[in-house]
Amino acid sequence: MIRVQEQDFDIKTEINAATGMSKDVGAVVSFTGIVRSDDGLTAMTLEHYPGMTERELNRIALLAKTKWPLQSVRIIHRIGRLTPGENIVLVVTASRHRQAAFNAANFLMDYLKTDAPFWKYEERGRDALWIERRTSDENARARWEQIED
Amino acid sequence: MKLRYFAWVREKTGVSEEEIDLPANVATVSDVIAWLKTRGPEFEHAFKNSEAVRAAIDMSHVEQTHSVSDAHEIAFFPPVTGG
Repeated sequence: MIRVQEQDFDIKTEINAATGMSKDVGAVVSFTGIVRSDDGLTAMTLEHYPGMTERELNRIALLAKTKWPLQSVRIIHRIGRLTPGENIVLVVTASRHRQAAFNAANFLMDYLKTDAPFWKYEERGRDALWIERRTSDENARARWEQIED
Repeated sequence: MKLRYFAWVREKTGVSEEEIDLPANVATVSDVIAWLKTRGPEFEHAFKNSEAVRAAIDMSHVEQTHSVSDAHEIAFFPPVTGG
């Protein structure tokens, strides 16, 4: 299940949905990304590529399911203008055992950061600029490719 | 075909999307970029540092060496920064 939306999400609702009525789920991991107020950041606006975003999020969710035995994957990403303290992204993974759930959530965030077409425009008072990709994000993704080999 | 621009590529070109008939000699994504740069100062500015621009064909990431012959939609954007 993937969603791209302006409104906030409720973490508990999403965790409950990931577990469902299943009695096989032994581990649920959730990751929440939150807007920080680094260097006087006052707001950020997330632009995305409607259509491609959903395709990429579905693709990486399916990729995670081929790598780990997951009962559920949920990815929710917000768009529009967000201020410090607000939620940006939620990843929830459910599995029989914790290692698969932890690893899959980590993998999904690393791939989301390099593959999903979102762009952050940051405001600091009167100044505003598009933020640049960090090489650390590409290195984090490359880590998983080395594991595959 | 449809061309789409996002984030600072959209801001610099001043266009978010347009329908274009590409010249016949345009075969790859980098050919499209080279041609776009001839369309005026805004495009020249947006694609000046062309290795900083990423591309997608029909909503899949591609390298600039990729062929555009079967493309319906080509998008140009900076490296993504979500999450």
